[in-house]
Amino acid sequence: MKSSTICREWLDSLPPTEGYLKNEQSIGREFLMQHGMPSQKDEAWRLSNFNKLNSFLSLPTITDNEYIKSQFQSIFPKKDENRERIIINPNENPNLNINLPNGIEKLNDSEIKENLGKIIKSTNIKNDISVCLNQASSSELLALKVKRNFNQSLEIVIPSIEGKSISTRIFLLIEEGAKLDLLQIFKGNNNSAQNHLIEIKLESKVELTHGLISLGEEKESSSICTLAVGQSEKSKYSLNSIHHGWDYARFEPRIIQSEGDASTIIKGLQVTKSKEQIATHSLIRFEGPNGKLDQLQKAVASEYSHCIFNGSIEVPQQAQQTEAAQLSRNLLLSKRARIDTKPELEIVADDVRCTHGATVSQLQDEELFYLLSRGIDNTHANSLLLKGYYDEVISNFSKSAEKWNFIEKLIQNIKQ
Amino acid sequence: MISSTSEKILSIEDLHASVEDQEILHGVNLVVKEGEIHAIMGRNGSGKSTLSKVIAGHPSYKVLSGSIQFKGTDIIELAPEERARIGIFLGFQYPVEIPGVSNLEFLRVATNSRRKELLQSELDTFEFEDLVKERLKIVEMDPAFLERSVNEGFSGGEKKRNEILQMALLEPVISILDETDSGLDIDALRIVASGINKLSQPNSATILITHYQRLLNEITPDFVHIMADGKIIKTGNKELAIELEKTGYDLIDTDTKDKKMAK
Repeated sequence: MKSSTICREWLDSLPPTEGYLKNEQSIGREFLMQHGMPSQKDEAWRLSNFNKLNSFLSLPTITDNEYIKSQFQSIFPKKDENRERIIINPNENPNLNINLPNGIEKLNDSEIKENLGKIIKSTNIKNDISVCLNQASSSELLALKVKRNFNQSLEIVIPSIEGKSISTRIFLLIEEGAKLDLLQIFKGNNNSAQNHLIEIKLESKVELTHGLISLGEEKESSSICTLAVGQSEKSKYSLNSIHHGWDYARFEPRIIQSEGDASTIIKGLQVTKSKEQIATHSLIRFEGPNGKLDQLQKAVASEYSHCIFNGSIEVPQQAQQTEAAQLSRNLLLSKRARIDTKPELEIVADDVRCTHGATVSQLQDEELFYLLSRGIDNTHANSLLLKGYYDEVISNFSKSAEKWNFIEKLIQNIKQ
Repeated sequence: MISSTSEKILSIEDLHASVEDQEILHGVNLVVKEGEIHAIMGRNGSGKSTLSKVIAGHPSYKVLSGSIQFKGTDIIELAPEERARIGIFLGFQYPVEIPGVSNLEFLRVATNSRRKELLQSELDTFEFEDLVKERLKIVEMDPAFLERSVNEGFSGGEKKRNEILQMALLEPVISILDETDSGLDIDALRIVASGINKLSQPNSATILITHYQRLLNEITPDFVHIMADGKIIKTGNKELAIELEKTGYDLIDTDTKDKKMAK
């Protein structure tokens, strides 16, 4: 079936526009009606596996709350005492029935109206398919603020439902001087799809540590996630992300340092096996002077899988004295696996220090022999080397992330 | 430590081996018995390091003919990890840096692999920490190195101490130490040499591959072999190393010439 037909059928399957996201739903649906799904002619989607993208759209969206409740089980590890957990049940108002710790509040209607969609709009992405897919189908919003000068931790878990597609939308406002340690978990299920749109506004002097663990785990699960972060001056944003186990996943982190003089650290890891395809398309734009970026994107591809990284850094005229470093490091574990990486720097300002680079390699034979020569068996030696390779990213996660057992999965699932 | 009843640990006969289709070893013969310390010297490219890697089972090196027996059993078909577990230890000339792999975890996994082979119980994290702290004293090594990645950012001397620490933990039957003295200052050389001496046992053996006699001032070898062109061409005692230090490798050239003339 043609992707345009699949897209139309998907749009037809959606419930009528309604609720306080009605306007957003209309915008997304109209765009998709008019432009349809992307093709290989669209640069940003050129390498996408369109069969997998079509499968993503072929799943019905959730409409029945009772059905959802019957599907959910307590499959999550116990939550930390000092970190409140929010589980987002699709199609259910996430603002209801949640316990918020001191210093975190729900946004009121006027705050939502004032902020929602602004950061996404400021990223200026043409034909923003990922965002439109979410706008068209999201019916609820989790909108929270961390109050000025508070220091809090939060965990947001988004599970999937077998045979269904879910869309979630999140907006976080972090007020001046606040600190947040945020851990997000996306969990796949058999034949399931997730679509997330997350906007985070960092006011000045904010520190946000953002861990994102995205685990498909089961068969035929897919995920599309757009993360848009707006940073005010003197804010610090640190993103550590892992994507693994999805048959198809696309992650689009977009960070805008709107006033300059902010710091961004991104450490990303995507690990593929079987015939999976996982892509990260990042955009970092400096709209003022003295901005800093340290980005490391790692990928490990085994068997017949495919990892993609497109990293764009924009340094316009006003972003003088920007210091940005982007490195894409990739490990190819099979002759049939594929890695595409494209770091891109667009610099107009003339007084900046920007570096970028990409490497694709295999596990080093000499490292392996060193371990073997100490009596360590081949499987264990490979696991140690893989763990070592992941370490630059996974060591940045907070201790409480370990209970999700992602490190073991990243090692055990990869065949060399 | 040598006695007439000492058993053979390593027995190499007419060993020919190649790397990348180029034959490097052209018929090595060597017998190492319990309690013995052997030194192998020779010019760069004479085949010393190749011999050590072939014994340890490096997959890039191919045995073309001949045999390597460890305690009477041919080991040519054994994988490198199997050779290590039965007690063959290679101290690397250039120990590999492995970023992200904790030195402590690496040492624990390696030690347990060897203990398993010796039918000893595996050590848990706490038991192993006690053992490693005790063994660190042998090489006067700072425990902070255990928390770092394997050899990452270690100086040349620290890397070599880490090698001897592994030897102390694995308690091998035969240790082949490939230029363990290279890159060491005088103090570090003494510490490393003292570690090797402390670890020598009547039922184990050591092969020292070195360019310089200075290591042999610290560790007295029972035999000194000189390698040239992929063969052991001369064997003697410590005096041979002293002579070699005085005359350089011209000694070998003269000897080789004389032998050719006699033929």
